[in-house]
Amino acid sequence: MVKSRRDFIKISALGTTGVAVGGKLLFANNNKQTKVVPKGPFKLPSDFSRTPTYCEVCFWKCAGWIYKNDKGEVQKIIGNDDDPNSNGRFCPRGTGGVGMYYDEDRLKTPLIRVTDKYGNQTFEKASWEEALGLISKRLQKVIDVHGSECIALFTHGSGGKYFGNLVKSLGSHNIAAPSYAQCRGPREVGFIATFGDGLSSPEPTDIRDTRCLVLIGSHIGENMHNGQVQEMSEAIDKGATIITVDPRFSTAASKSKFWLPIKPATDMALLLAWMNVIIEEDLYDRKYVEKYTYGFGQLKAHVKSMTPEWAYGITTIKPDVIRATAREMAHASPAVIVHPGRHVTWYGDDTQRLRAVAMLNALLGSWGRRGGFYIPDKAKVPGVPHPPYAKPTRTWRDAMKGKYELADLALANGVCDATIPDASLGCSIKAWIVNGTNLVTTLPETEKTIAAIKSLEFIAVIDTMPMEITGYADVVLPECTYIERYDSLRVTQHREPTITLRMPAVEPKYDSKPAWWMAKQLANKMGKGDYFPFDSIEEELDWQLKEVGSSLEEMQRIGVKNLKRPYDDLYFKDDEDIEFNTNTGKIELYSTSLEEYGFDPMPKYTAHPEPPEGYYRLIYGRAPMHTFSRTANNPNLTDLMHENVVWVNPKVAKEWGFVNNQEIYLQNQDGAIATFPIKIRVTERIRWDSVYMVHGFGHANRKLSRAYGKGASDSELITKVMMDPIMGGTGMRGNFVTFLTSKPVKEEAKS
Amino acid sequence: MRYAMAIDTKKCVGCSDCVVACQTENLVPHGYARDWIVEVTDGTYPQLELEYRSERCNHCDNAPCVRCCPTGASFISEGGIVKVEHDKCIGCGACITACPYDARFVHPEGYVDKCTFCDHRLEQGQDPACVAVCPTKCLYFGDMDDPNSEVSLVVKKRKFKTLIPEAGTEPQLYFLI
Ligand code: SF4
Ligand code: SF4
Ligand code: SF4
Repeated sequence: MVKSRRDFIKISALGTTGVAVGGKLLFANNNKQTKVVPKGPFKLPSDFSRTPTYCEVCFWKCAGWIYKNDKGEVQKIIGNDDDPNSNGRFCPRGTGGVGMYYDEDRLKTPLIRVTDKYGNQTFEKASWEEALGLISKRLQKVIDVHGSECIALFTHGSGGKYFGNLVKSLGSHNIAAPSYAQCRGPREVGFIATFGDGLSSPEPTDIRDTRCLVLIGSHIGENMHNGQVQEMSEAIDKGATIITVDPRFSTAASKSKFWLPIKPATDMALLLAWMNVIIEEDLYDRKYVEKYTYGFGQLKAHVKSMTPEWAYGITTIKPDVIRATAREMAHASPAVIVHPGRHVTWYGDDTQRLRAVAMLNALLGSWGRRGGFYIPDKAKVPGVPHPPYAKPTRTWRDAMKGKYELADLALANGVCDATIPDASLGCSIKAWIVNGTNLVTTLPETEKTIAAIKSLEFIAVIDTMPMEITGYADVVLPECTYIERYDSLRVTQHREPTITLRMPAVEPKYDSKPAWWMAKQLANKMGKGDYFPFDSIEEELDWQLKEVGSSLEEMQRIGVKNLKRPYDDLYFKDDEDIEFNTNTGKIELYSTSLEEYGFDPMPKYTAHPEPPEGYYRLIYGRAPMHTFSRTANNPNLTDLMHENVVWVNPKVAKEWGFVNNQEIYLQNQDGAIATFPIKIRVTERIRWDSVYMVHGFGHANRKLSRAYGKGASDSELITKVMMDPIMGGTGMRGNFVTFLTSKPVKEEAKS
Repeated sequence: MRYAMAIDTKKCVGCSDCVVACQTENLVPHGYARDWIVEVTDGTYPQLELEYRSERCNHCDNAPCVRCCPTGASFISEGGIVKVEHDKCIGCGACITACPYDARFVHPEGYVDKCTFCDHRLEQGQDPACVAVCPTKCLYFGDMDDPNSEVSLVVKKRKFKTLIPEAGTEPQLYFLI
């Protein structure tokens, strides 16, 4: 069964890795409340001139130090040399992270929505007692009337763990992050279907030792996922070949030996043709394929007709280039990485495309091999003891009516759908808690999200910034930034298992509070205090750290601790017997689990819609100095880039008579027009059938003084979603835009 | 001692980390920068080339900004670092006009400001902030008079260019190509 996720790889006798703390690992599941209480006194932020943290600007979570000036004010953030995610060097967003703390547009006090006698709604400042009291009362009402399963949490960021604990303690398992179905979900499912395990973060790509790195729509260097950027640079130094497939001449493309300027939406044909060449020319890793894989014969027959000549007609990539690049990969094998990318929700057949990527890696024997994919390790840190969670009788999955069963995590859009009342389902979700995610721009189909919000009985939003979503809230809680708070330990996978502490550098500005504190207060008010057994987060962290042989005091000094890999098992050994977590125990080139669920066991090419005359495919991506809307108002980072522009090929510009920096409006195939204009950038770096813009701009909330009206929002133009039938991912690359030189005046609604 | 910097354009991704790190290290006010990124695209689709350059003051051996300064505020410090003594600077802007690289600006506090090669960090044995932060490690810094310094070695080994050599300023930023 694909769904069951066990250890990364079942290697006999090497089963559990991590730190041995005897029976204490089981402690987390023990309902007896044997509380080990390490009491302080703990040191205060003011006792330090530099404090450890891990970055919250993106999910890479680099560890670093916050330095203060001699007045005790936050000055700069520098990477921690002992951290494998950053190697002592932050990316521009992390370096500019201080701007999140200094942003004067931050949320400053709790706010409660009030309606005056004329029916006008406004936010009124409230005390924490009032705001938390109101939230607990309203959530309790939803529980009493509809049941606890009618509460949902959307979260992105470190506070999610605490709100998750709260929501589960109340009896709901509707907890979703848009980073799954709107981003990396298909690749997890595609890789699980093939290797029995997903990739998670940071991806275990062994880029530093690779001899050939293949990027398909993945733009390392513009996405600054720190370790990957660093290792790609190291690989360039060592003379590795880079092959980049992208309709845009990306930064990575410019560093590549081969740039394949593919026609958008045809990547699957290229992947299949590569497999054809590698099999037909006998270039695959025969020993690996014979020992570890299942279904090679079927795959061989399946791709027989998918020749480079066949793919040429689809992708516009010449057959000799397809052959040359396939040979280049095989030549480097097994030190080759066909990179899975990150944001892979494109055309609705994304799980299958990522399956093809996984299968290609399997043919090249790169999974579990040096210079390919290493086997990550992760520290085992016991969870905080708590009573068992009540088992919910319903979840968002019921609203999916049997669809998307292969999703291994909750779908944010699924939870959203389960909120829209549907008579056939009985009860819909009635209350949302939204922490650190601007759902109105992160979920596609904004109108649907807003419809779901309107049908709610209650919504609380917890954020550091007045993002658009706060405008829909009944109660807004100001969270302090990562610079001002403790959080759960960072326990991420890497070549070595490490733990990392985040502690406050300074006291929270304004009347903001950390997530841990808010969740605990709410739990206390709702009679669930047992789920937060410690009085302070310092105590909780100190207890956890002592369980793994460290302490809060030690971690405050060092920030990152390497717990050392207990076995020499970073790669497969020669000829090692390995049982993969798939039905057959093999790497499945032919997926028995997809077949079991009624899906194609091997990926097929399907043609996707093409832009109509006068329209261009909307491609969006990232800039190295921003993490979407999270940084759009950051004073340090807006200094580097304050708006997005739309990239247009000179041929297209000529046809339309456009010049650089001219402002235009974008309209999509469904007539949706972006609220704000955007400037044209005429550049050879984009194909003539597409336009490109950076995601995360065009904010409509005036309270974001630097971001308001700067550039345009691509989300507003993504009205067509191509659903992935396998796991419910929301494919967003099937939207086409045209240009308007002035904004059409909207007809006034007749009242 | 002759400080210099080499910038590997084959590795630089134009991320601007060097810019923001300089700003937080040297308290450069928002809206100003001592270093910046230049992106150059050449060719037509799909025959393209792209170069990113992290630029800053070239700490020229023959520095026109120093020669033209009426008060002596602009001077050449140890290791060839071109500096401005804030107290002596009257903000006349002669040096700004003289610099062919546009490396100087008037700080809101009234004096001319520019890259210092982070000499306050060099004193502590640290690399300049931009060099220390660059995630691609494409910036090399050190003593050109020392034939075994990293910067000397990389400049010896690789092809490089300098900016506007025809200005005769003898710039000390080497762009590896
Ligand atoms: S990659 Fe950059 S933004 Fe992401 S965690 Fe690291 S420093 Fe922060
Ligand atoms: S930090 Fe490094 S990679 Fe980024 S722009 Fe500066 S020099 Fe280039
Ligand atoms: S050497 Fe120092 S002052 Fe000069 S650009 Fe780099 S960080 Fe800024």
